[in-house]
Amino acid sequence: MSDLRELYQEVILDHSRRPQNFRKLATANRRAEGYNPLCGDQITIYVELDDKNDIVRDVGFEGSGCASSKAAGSMMTASLKGRTKAETQELFQQVHAMLMGSSSGADTEKLGKLMVLAGVREFPSRVKCATLCWHALAAALKRDAVQISTE
Amino acid sequence: MSSALSTANLKGWRRSGMAFDPDDVRKDFPILGQRVHGKPLVYLDNAATTQKPQAVLDALNYYYRAGNANVHRGIHLLSERATTQYEGARAKVKHFINASHNDEIIFVRGTTEAINLVAQTYGRKSVKAGDEIVISTMEHHSNIVPWQILCEESGAMLRVIPINDAGELVIDEYKKILTERTRIVAITHVSNALGTINPVKEMAELAHQWGAVVVVDGAQAVPHMAVDVKELACDFYAFSGHKLFGPTGVGVLYGRAALLEAMPPYQTGGSMINSVSFERTTYSAPPQKFEAGTPNIAGVIGLGAAIDYVSEIGMEAISRYEHELLMHATEALSAIKEVRIIGDARKKACLISFVLAGVHPHDVGTILDHEGVATRSGHHCAMPLMARLGLPATVRASLAFYNTKEEAEALARAVLRALEVFR
Repeated sequence: MSDLRELYQEVILDHSRRPQNFRKLATANRRAEGYNPLCGDQITIYVELDDKNDIVRDVGFEGSGCASSKAAGSMMTASLKGRTKAETQELFQQVHAMLMGSSSGADTEKLGKLMVLAGVREFPSRVKCATLCWHALAAALKRDAVQISTE
Repeated sequence: MSSALSTANLKGWRRSGMAFDPDDVRKDFPILGQRVHGKPLVYLDNAATTQKPQAVLDALNYYYRAGNANVHRGIHLLSERATTQYEGARAKVKHFINASHNDEIIFVRGTTEAINLVAQTYGRKSVKAGDEIVISTMEHHSNIVPWQILCEESGAMLRVIPINDAGELVIDEYKKILTERTRIVAITHVSNALGTINPVKEMAELAHQWGAVVVVDGAQAVPHMAVDVKELACDFYAFSGHKLFGPTGVGVLYGRAALLEAMPPYQTGGSMINSVSFERTTYSAPPQKFEAGTPNIAGVIGLGAAIDYVSEIGMEAISRYEHELLMHATEALSAIKEVRIIGDARKKACLISFVLAGVHPHDVGTILDHEGVATRSGHHCAMPLMARLGLPATVRASLAFYNTKEEAEALARAVLRALEVFR
């Protein structure tokens, strides 16, 4: 049961019950949808990007999904404000490394609070739930943002 | 119903077709005895695939150990033996669904291929621009997409029978949809997402009044009830071996003989020809016309063994028991106020779709799994149905005759556990 508690830690449940930045962003100039056809999770990411300096000013998300996907969206959006585009990409790589348990390992310092999601690694069928928001974010930061999917 | 009955008694008792002891039949399924996450496995994902009895495993093993040879061609003992077993399985299927001739039974990979076969042979030949194909809101994607493609290719139109809030087809609306333009009615016998049993016989009779051909997706019906294609009056009936306690990669398309004879071939190549020259090729008669290439011989033989197995227990006895089981499971789940059961058709197979207030179906699925209970969460390959229900996903517990009332109660306990984790 210990790994189940790892997946559903209190902080994850809190984020999923009261997700931060769970709103459509009026000031957004980037938008992308993420969709997981296997489970039906659907997410829309809104980004206000300072184009001149390539800095994420604000970010929000909407959609339906499980606790992991909502908590991941909440924690991701909370960790992005003020970061440069390059920094968000670096962070995505770290999250990816953490969730896939890659041998090179994830930089726990860089991940900070996001480390709480590491328990998802033990649930291969649920890793996509936690990365869907990041895939959508990556798509939103591309100039020709279109609907993306984790498949 | 005592599990203390001796095996010798049980043999005769099973054949009586009266009743059976689920605790006893479970012993025939080696996989069911294991533990997962430290808990006894409660396998309630039978609509996805069923487990295999020892008799099927033995048939596969024996075939590869002692009987392996190609069918329909070798002039040697093993080939003749394999052919006899392969064609013997065809006769078993014919008898099982009460077809008129062995030649009406075509072996395919599964229900999906069976429906695609009909769409691409019968459909391509007979559906023209302006015609209509009728399906329903509760179809699995495999009974939607082949018809959509056929409509795109032919210029025909797809018409959809609506459902009511109980998850039943609205037959009055179906009657209005049928016209002289209707060429094909393709409906599921039992909904894989709701468990609804559709009135296929009545619907087929209505379709025939307009000269339409009726294709039935029987994937979720054959494991739960006696199916008689003559009684149902359908023209095509499709099902999968692996959902009927047989191997994966094998399925059946039943087609009325006259229709099969007039249909162009599906895949082409070896086994399905009479003669080939560079000028002209003539095709074999059905079923060979539709079975190009070396078939899934072991799979077909395994399916034959599965049919023998369930026939010995008796499909009527299975239906009766599963109805009791459904009532018991429904009652156990309904006692939890956070549970909302999706689909309460008057006639239902042993399947319960539900959602849990405050817990996403995927989280429910993961927690149930940790309690040893295997279910499925998602849209069940029926996205238009989910859109109609206004739900992104449901949890689906699909039971089989080897499931017990105790397992239904274990499901309810695991659901309570999910609520506890999310409290």
